[in-house]
Amino acid sequence: MSAVFVGMPSLPAYGIGNLHATESFPDAAHHELANDQMRTNLRHATHSIRDKRLKVVGELPDWEDLRSAGSATKEAAMADLPALLEQFEANFTARGGIIHWARDAEEANRIVASLVREQDTEEVVKVKSMATEEIGLNDHLAAEGIEAFETDLAELIVQLGHDKPSHILVPAIHKNRSEVREIFLREMPDVDPELTDDPRQLAMAARAHLRRKFLSAKVAISGANFALADTGTLGVVESEGNGRMCLTLPQTLITVMGIEKLLPQADDLEVFMQLLPRSSTGERMNPYTSFWTGVTEDDGPQNVHLVMVDNGRTAALSDRYGRSALHCIRCSACMNVCPVYERTGGHAYGSTYPGPIGAILSPLMTGIKAEENNSLPYASSLCGACFDACPVKINIPEILVHLRGEDVDSRRGKPRMPSEMDLMMKGAQWAFSSGTHLNLLEKALPLGRLAAGRDKKIKRLPGRLAGGWTASRDIPAPPKKSFRDWWASEHDAGDTGTTKDGK
Amino acid sequence: MKIALFATCIVDGMYPSTARATVSILERLGHEVVFPTGQACCGQMHINSGYFAEAVPVIANHVEAFDTPDYDVAVAPSASCVASVKHQHPMIAERAGDAGLKSRAESVGTRTYELSQLLTDVLGITDAAAELGSWFPTSVTYHPSCHGMRLLRLQDRQLDLLRTVEGITVADLPEADQCCGFGGTFSMKNAEVSSAMLEDKAENITSTGASLCTGGDASCLLHIGGGLSRSGAAAGTLHFAEILASTRENPYDAGTGHGAKAKVAR
Repeated sequence: MSAVFVGMPSLPAYGIGNLHATESFPDAAHHELANDQMRTNLRHATHSIRDKRLKVVGELPDWEDLRSAGSATKEAAMADLPALLEQFEANFTARGGIIHWARDAEEANRIVASLVREQDTEEVVKVKSMATEEIGLNDHLAAEGIEAFETDLAELIVQLGHDKPSHILVPAIHKNRSEVREIFLREMPDVDPELTDDPRQLAMAARAHLRRKFLSAKVAISGANFALADTGTLGVVESEGNGRMCLTLPQTLITVMGIEKLLPQADDLEVFMQLLPRSSTGERMNPYTSFWTGVTEDDGPQNVHLVMVDNGRTAALSDRYGRSALHCIRCSACMNVCPVYERTGGHAYGSTYPGPIGAILSPLMTGIKAEENNSLPYASSLCGACFDACPVKINIPEILVHLRGEDVDSRRGKPRMPSEMDLMMKGAQWAFSSGTHLNLLEKALPLGRLAAGRDKKIKRLPGRLAGGWTASRDIPAPPKKSFRDWWASEHDAGDTGTTKDGK
Repeated sequence: MKIALFATCIVDGMYPSTARATVSILERLGHEVVFPTGQACCGQMHINSGYFAEAVPVIANHVEAFDTPDYDVAVAPSASCVASVKHQHPMIAERAGDAGLKSRAESVGTRTYELSQLLTDVLGITDAAAELGSWFPTSVTYHPSCHGMRLLRLQDRQLDLLRTVEGITVADLPEADQCCGFGGTFSMKNAEVSSAMLEDKAENITSTGASLCTGGDASCLLHIGGGLSRSGAAAGTLHFAEILASTRENPYDAGTGHGAKAKVAR
């Protein structure tokens, strides 16, 4: 019997949409670093959220236990994901909800657009959602003639400014209030021309602008922070109340959610509702927490849909060294403490997910070979601040290193010129895998002294890598002799009590 | 106690006086120091750059040099290299499918200490002036390197020892817990971001008015010192081992480093 190809999809199916960098991180960072205003804005904003987070986290004596509990719950949920998804589907459907499965961004966009069209409308209001940013929903809807209105204040600023979010929680973190005022004056119809940059005035202008939309929209689109398998419940955590309006006023509610958002049971919220607000906004509790379970007759939306998106999550889950990246609850603590993010801002990462978590999540979801995403795992000094801040203990530095290994391995065995880095690593492998080799190399130290010259500084080295170093840093003149040379010729020579090689 | 010195490649080749200072401190306390000459490098540069296969022979070499019953504990004047020996060596050996190397690496890792860990936790040193004779009449500021802080959880071990040195003035470094931007090959691959981080670190150091920035990792100090030197700042960098090793009789000499008179001192 001959084998017949029946068209089974091969795993892993990688994610598409706004998960890709369009240029390499060092190139993108080069542009962003030149933006002094943005760096000042970011420094101010990240430092103030950082301090707030430290303060409220310090209030909880069991913070480390909470982190461990959150991590363990997520690990168990990911290990049991197929069963939990089915359990959730059964409960969600039993309560009148309709579930749709989307393999990738394209499928998810198609499903949402057709659900909107069914309601015979060309306008939707949106609750801030990373999943819909990831799949590029707004652009897809626009192409279909449907206008999506962002109702979160910062998302509104970004949308009106024809800009991209640069942070997952504070998408307009790169703008200051006078820049926000300019955007409102330019883009908001009926805005008071006397508008100042007073935050209250700006918020009131946005409120007036949005109120009309809330009352007229037939369809709302949201993301979800949590999905509870044991009850079929969805939840959104927010600060402004715009989410509550969207979740309750329109007749149709379409939620787009990544499959990894599942928690086994409602009890798990005890842990996550302590971890999330403190880690994200640095608040003990967020102002609005909404949960809904299917349809409630004559109360709230009567058509309740959920689009469950994979878009590369299964691929990430299949990576045993990287899968814990899916534990992420999108709090953004890692980007707020990241020294790289603080300088480059979120746009340099290309993907919807910036900062340390984005540097692992994006290449895990798209595959390391995707476009420029292979530069993302290197966008870190591995200082480890992100790991300490992560409320679910994702070991981001370790996964960054793992993905660097994946990147290097993906280029092995291909006919190509070795890179500067390849050559450096090969040379260093020779030198560092034997004390004798290193000793030989160190005999050349006087050459370095020669290169350093009179002022005992090496100021310029050739090549892209070494030249990058000496662009802003001197290298001191090397010593006359290495330590091992000194040990053999001076220390050991006069000391019979010490063995030479420790053997 | 018989203590094996893991000098680390950068100290061996670029800052030998830091290793000489480490030897001097330990010998002063009456311990015997041995130097396994087979040693070279921990391999962290390879590992953190993604060259795992190239790292395996480097790790195997380190394990070969240090997996011997001929010493009690090993010490390195670097938190980063010790963290690599303890955490990364078994991980890379496992990924390479070498269970034997993994278990040997684990046993070496268990016996390897960063210098302030050894002095504080194993040897019980709490007062550098009284127990080591440390004398360093200079104003310094202290940068706690990331891997010491977050991988080894050294807390204030290095700083506490420094504060007990006779004559020293230790100025608090603003935003001390922020990375200096070194990050190994990060400083080459992402040189501009690294430089932006370094710029802020250098400004903070200069703001303290201290004449030296000290720390426990020669690589971070090479990076910080390189930036300070390029910007024309007055402050330089010095490993904390050299400060602890400095005494009234045999003070630190910026020209020759520590240990020029080590034989006399012994």
